[in-house]
Amino acid sequence: MEKRTDKNSYTIIFAIVMVLIVGSLLAYLASSLKPTIAENQRLEKQQNILYAMGVNNNDESSAVFVSTKEAPKLFLENVSEQMVLEVKDGKMISQMTRQEYMDANNGQEPYLIDIKKQKSNAKDGQSRKLPLFIGKNKKGKTVYVAPIYGKGLWDAIWGYVAIDENMVVQGAYFDHKGETPGLGANIKQRYFMDDFYGEHLLSESGAFKGITVAKGNADPVNKDKTDNEVDAIAGATITGDGVSAMIKSDLKLYKPYFDNLKKQAN
Amino acid sequence: MGLLSKKDAALIKDPLADNNPITIQVLGICSALAITAELEASIVMSISVLFVLGVGNVVISLMRNIIPSKIRIIVQLIVVATLVIIVDLVLKAFAYELSKTLSVFVGLIITNCIIMGRFEAFALGNGPWRSFLDGIGNALGYAVILIMVGFFRELLGSGTLLGIPVLGDPIEKTGLYAFGYENNGFMLLSPMALIVVGIIIWVQRTRNKALVED
Repeated sequence: MEKRTDKNSYTIIFAIVMVLIVGSLLAYLASSLKPTIAENQRLEKQQNILYAMGVNNNDESSAVFVSTKEAPKLFLENVSEQMVLEVKDGKMISQMTRQEYMDANNGQEPYLIDIKKQKSNAKDGQSRKLPLFIGKNKKGKTVYVAPIYGKGLWDAIWGYVAIDENMVVQGAYFDHKGETPGLGANIKQRYFMDDFYGEHLLSESGAFKGITVAKGNADPVNKDKTDNEVDAIAGATITGDGVSAMIKSDLKLYKPYFDNLKKQAN
Repeated sequence: MGLLSKKDAALIKDPLADNNPITIQVLGICSALAITAELEASIVMSISVLFVLGVGNVVISLMRNIIPSKIRIIVQLIVVATLVIIVDLVLKAFAYELSKTLSVFVGLIITNCIIMGRFEAFALGNGPWRSFLDGIGNALGYAVILIMVGFFRELLGSGTLLGIPVLGDPIEKTGLYAFGYENNGFMLLSPMALIVVGIIIWVQRTRNKALVED
């Protein structure tokens, strides 16, 4: 005799019931946890920006953020100014303060600007909004933190880079969605991120050059800060290339702002 | 093992050596190659698989009499995927730091053949308690190999263990490096994981001839 569970009708009903149960369970969980997750992500952005600025709880070798409890307070204290630049075809078309931006965008804070979306907007020929966070680091130097976004081997990678008025890196934080653990995932390790400290984004002639994550670098201790190169991670070539590419494409857009800054200073 | 009968204890012990999921059943090779460049990643992956395989085996075992045989693979897939997504969501909401460490493993767990393999081979035909033991046993067997491979790859590839330098400083030339020792960068790439797994299989079969197939 045919078993009850072998019947076509049973199979179809089972499939439908299972999909309904699993679907509604996951939908319920996802929507009920959404506000908590969004809040976590918001705090993480603040922690990332503060990290790049040098406000963190790093010990000797590991990268540690300020605690989520302290982050909002420290963010207010340390980020003295948030700005939004608008660029189109490599030219800066406007510059908004935080208040101006929030008034125009239903009170959205500049640090919550979706970089991925801005990037695809720019691809479609629209203007791109670039947030910039200004504050003083521990040494009392004014630094400008800019978000960057790109792709690694498997998925998105992103980061925050703090630079000074000469576009010399003062701190960097990188993160990734799904790079290989032990290889590409190591872009968020201290030894990689710390290498960027002091690196110049401009070439000697003052043109934008970026920083290349270079294999076979003759300078593994990274003593030469003006070579526009940092040492790559073994076994993570494509992730490293992704880091170079996002630094090049995204930070380049900020150059007009720093050119203006220099002109004003002179 | 006073708690377990002899038959139940075998469910835990066998996968550790003579019926190891990686070296004998040859399941879960993909993740063993992908994430063993560092010991820490191996350990995290082992714990995740331990959890998913233990719980998943019980769930499948409880459902074994109502799952239609024609779509059982799809049902198994849905159970694993649902479990993993639920864990991921809950971690994201309540243990965000931990979830960031684990998020890269989520895809690897869902596609891990050991999990589907044990559902299919064991949980569909056995009760929940025995299935649970089988899940734990196989996950531990998986963990043993993963940790061994991770240990050798990190030690020989980067000269560190759990991120701590144990052989000296390769740039300052201290410790072992003072004698001209160099890290083998090739160990960090996946092919060397396959070779390390191969060596483990070789050693294991040399010691136990019963495992050698004709």
